[in-house]
Amino acid sequence: MRIGVVTFPGSLDDVDAARAVRLAGGEAVALWHGDHDLRGVDAVVLPGGFSYGDYLRCGAISRFSPVMTEVVAAAESGMPVLGICNGFQILCESHLLPGALIRNDHRKFVCVDQRLRIENASTAWTSSYEQGEEVTIVLKNGEGSFVADTETLDRLEGEGRVVARYLGEDPNGSLRAIAGISNARGNVVGLMPHPEHAVEDLCGPGTDGLGFFTSVLQGVFV
Amino acid sequence: MARVVVDVMLKPEILDPQGKAVHGALPRLGFTGVTEVRQGKRFELEVEGDLTEERLAEVRQMAETLLSNPVIEDFTVTPA
Repeated sequence: MRIGVVTFPGSLDDVDAARAVRLAGGEAVALWHGDHDLRGVDAVVLPGGFSYGDYLRCGAISRFSPVMTEVVAAAESGMPVLGICNGFQILCESHLLPGALIRNDHRKFVCVDQRLRIENASTAWTSSYEQGEEVTIVLKNGEGSFVADTETLDRLEGEGRVVARYLGEDPNGSLRAIAGISNARGNVVGLMPHPEHAVEDLCGPGTDGLGFFTSVLQGVFV
Repeated sequence: MARVVVDVMLKPEILDPQGKAVHGALPRLGFTGVTEVRQGKRFELEVEGDLTEERLAEVRQMAETLLSNPVIEDFTVTPA
């Protein structure tokens, strides 16, 4: 299975994301923000970083890059898309996912090994996990506070679209401690923590993040 | 040439940590009596030709599409 990893100007974690894809057993394909071309991939990862310098709003400029036209169209026809951190912000700006990510309520950049609970193990990116499984994955962000209106939050909860939730103290002020959400179909997932930094025992807090990448390779999701 | 100003503010219900930081700094500098600070963005657009109703509608579309995120922000368009 070929999984594309998009590089925007200012992406930081594209190399780690591609490595995580390979460790999970997939073929990582480099995609470029300026191309109207997904190179025939089966899934796409939008990695973390500071695309376009976070100018205007995080993800606001990237959303209109040529490759995103293709990603949005592919996502709408069911291709699995995972947005990590800045990728999550891009998915929200693209309206592929509801809500928005604003500056952390405590105003400081956060960088921790974060406990999470997988709240929905039936999305394209979480099927390798058990429902309710607790994992530890790196969290690092300055603008990771997930916000949406109450109606949207209730809908996300009701439809099982909260994919992951922070355990312990809310690290960034996200409403209802939401760490990740999906679209209605479950093929598009946005996640603030970084599973690609938790795929090897040598560095990082363990291998709990690998499941996001093995999930999509299995290609079985409800 | 005409100038249009687009002001973008976080919606009232959205937390504004930057505004809070500014608000916290004011008393430390000896400025008292400010009860709240909300921080926003101001865009000054120089546009060609006359400011017709169509042109203003186009600017509103720009504000809605790119300059603001309607999920968390409100905007106003003002000819200047």
